[in-house]
Amino acid sequence: MTGLLSLRNVSKVFTLGQREIRAVDDVSFDVVEGECLAIVGESGSGKSTIANMILGIYPPSMGTIAWRGDVLPARRELRHRRAIQLVQQNPLSSLNPRRSVGASLRLPLDVHGIGHRSHRADRVGRLLEEVGLPAEFMSRSPAALSGGQRQRVAIARALASESDLVVLDEPTSALDVLVQARVLKLLAELRDKRGLTYVFITHDLSVVRNIADRVAVFEKGCLRELGTTEAIFANPQHAYTRRLIAAVPVVADAEVALRNRLMENDNAAA
Amino acid sequence: MKRAAYILVRNPLSLTGVILITLVVFGALFADFIAPFPEHRGAVVDFANFNKPPEWPYLFGTDLVGRDLFSRILYAYRISLLLGVVVLAIAVPVGVTIGLVAGYIGGWTEYVLMRITDVFLSIPPLVLAMSMMGLLEPTLTNGMLAVTAMWWPWYTRLVYNLTRSEKEEGYVLAAEVIGASKPHIIFREILPNCVPSIVTKMTLDLGFVILIASSLSFLGLGVQPPTPDLGSMVADGAKYLPDSWWLTVFPGLAILVAVFGFNLLGDALRDILGVDQ
Amino acid sequence: MSAPTLRIADLGLGFRTWAGPVEVLHGISLHINKGERVALVGESGSGKSVTARIVLGLLQELKNARISGTVEFEGRDLDRLSARERHALRGTRMSMIFQDPTSSLNPVYRIAPQFHEVLKRADPAISEAAARDRAAALLSAVAIPEPERALDSYSFQLSGGMNQRVMIAMALANEPSLLIADEPGTALDVTVQAQTLALMRDMVEEHHTSVLFISHNLGVVREFADRVYVIYKGRIVEHATAEGLFADPRHPYTRALLAAVPRITGGGIPEIEDVSEDYYQPLVVHEGCGEPEGAA
Repeated sequence: MTGLLSLRNVSKVFTLGQREIRAVDDVSFDVVEGECLAIVGESGSGKSTIANMILGIYPPSMGTIAWRGDVLPARRELRHRRAIQLVQQNPLSSLNPRRSVGASLRLPLDVHGIGHRSHRADRVGRLLEEVGLPAEFMSRSPAALSGGQRQRVAIARALASESDLVVLDEPTSALDVLVQARVLKLLAELRDKRGLTYVFITHDLSVVRNIADRVAVFEKGCLRELGTTEAIFANPQHAYTRRLIAAVPVVADAEVALRNRLMENDNAAA
Repeated sequence: MKRAAYILVRNPLSLTGVILITLVVFGALFADFIAPFPEHRGAVVDFANFNKPPEWPYLFGTDLVGRDLFSRILYAYRISLLLGVVVLAIAVPVGVTIGLVAGYIGGWTEYVLMRITDVFLSIPPLVLAMSMMGLLEPTLTNGMLAVTAMWWPWYTRLVYNLTRSEKEEGYVLAAEVIGASKPHIIFREILPNCVPSIVTKMTLDLGFVILIASSLSFLGLGVQPPTPDLGSMVADGAKYLPDSWWLTVFPGLAILVAVFGFNLLGDALRDILGVDQ
Repeated sequence: MSAPTLRIADLGLGFRTWAGPVEVLHGISLHINKGERVALVGESGSGKSVTARIVLGLLQELKNARISGTVEFEGRDLDRLSARERHALRGTRMSMIFQDPTSSLNPVYRIAPQFHEVLKRADPAISEAAARDRAAALLSAVAIPEPERALDSYSFQLSGGMNQRVMIAMALANEPSLLIADEPGTALDVTVQAQTLALMRDMVEEHHTSVLFISHNLGVVREFADRVYVIYKGRIVEHATAEGLFADPRHPYTRALLAAVPRITGGGIPEIEDVSEDYYQPLVVHEGCGEPEGAA
């Protein structure tokens, strides 16, 4: 069964002088159309490297990445770029500070020739409204917006190309908790409305629990566990997964109970 | 704009720079109307009034053939500023483009371009200009050519470093993922972020171009008489110090005011535009 | 009844900018008794970090800062101290841990000389060898394996977690009365963060150090603090014991914050207002909490 995106035996090796670093080691998984797949791991897990390979920033050292069954070449064509888009973590640096919000949103429209030239300004306005911002924002500079507003613009930009798959690399990690809730809600609504597929990369398991359909857990470049969200949190198979869940700082008693239960199982298994 | 005014008012030195340069530019632009003796910029002699110390109507005194120094200085400012503007108008686009391309494209392109730049940077600027002028006829145009040839590498280096760091920023990655072309990324995404540094440097450079051009003329390699030039005036007057002190002091002060003023203005711009190097 | 380690009364902070005066703190009050761990929780822009910097005296030097109100440390009004006396307190009686451990340590020096600097603050005559021994002991106390090797390393050679522990060791080296921790662990992986916070808790309990813990992460606060102040846009909006706050949040802003935190038990993302009139409601203080009167 091949999904929308298929990774088969993908590895990535970086050479730093004499040393070789295996950032990703023989990873295989599919992304099913319409799902939200969470890729979780800590630093050094390889999750960012996988994201970069999916986006075509650099090719895998070994293995293949296939889109709708066709293997993706090392140099992506424009149609591939249009199909897979990105929302980054840092909303301040992901928008060009010296260009207006509207200019940044127009870029994908111009590059992919979406809509007629004269109508593109309207499209930009409608994109802004779709993410809950007034159309007038297109003449503002990113510095005049708050973190949450900038992140909405970044989401609008990813939507502009009318892509099928959106890679979200820690999209709410730099946001305050109230703003994060709003942005996560927006992301869920947009996914339903536009039939998008998300690859959601994060280290925050509590976010994952509430927005992902399936979860892939990575440690040191290897895929440790992959399953539905309910299964992973109710009954994590791998020791690393248990440790990750147990380390999350929680606010509710029910969560503390879950953590304790997992740690008991971990100690029992050890 | 309000913020710019606030910064200028808080810092008296910046304000001084703005005032000085306004005076210089005003003087140069409107020399025809301000100069009491506009014809003295050419080959005019008035031996009846030669070598006079500052007194009315000769504000800065007269030179050895009777020309009013004040008028000649105003016209010399015009020449200097023109020289500065032309040099920068050529050197900046060339230098900036090379720096952008080398910084973003990388690989062999970067290597070749930057090594060429290094060659130019390694030759002392004045020596390079002097050797060029030695080969060519000493005219204003050739003087501009010589100064331009040694000016562009500084912009290349500045923009190269800026590009290499901007290249890592999120918005460049975003543009690449969207599929934007390399020329778009270089000129429409990265270049605007380099503009504050470039503009600040250009302002500071105007002062230095004037200084270098004056140095060339001082050595006899720049503009030729009777065209008024601050450096030549200083050179000609040096022999007559300390008696006819005004022949050297006023042109020298004029150079000082221009260079100092542009320096302060450049610093003010740096504060206003928020450049951190 | 001894004076609280830290007492802040009606602290106000404003900046003069090109756009006019900007008020950041609107008269906040808090106190920390000896050995207590108090958290100051808020989002970005709430004023929590500047409060810490005022206590340390780091903001007073800014030309366009206007500070009003009182800050008392161990009963002494910090405003009445000379610059030299305030400087003498830093690193000895009060110390601070910052958010990003690797960038807070000087990358040009190895760990040992930096430790020496820290220990010299309390004992100017301490020799390099004696400092090294003490540093090694402190590093073992924070569970750093091979302390001698760590002392000879540079900060970039150590992991983020180890650097954070080095910072904790340095901060507690001179047995301060007050430790200010500004979002410690935020830059660390979650497993490492959990270990580091557990370590910090043990160490401050052992030394009876008072802690002012600044954070935006409610989960971390719940595990670490005894009492909590919630700050919103420069105003304290709720003050309770940690247990009390999480069991019974009363202020609309606190409620919103708690509701917005995703749970690992599931439940989806709630609909929350990120700005609301209700968040400006006045301070809610739980029973048993309250500000003490100051020293005369």
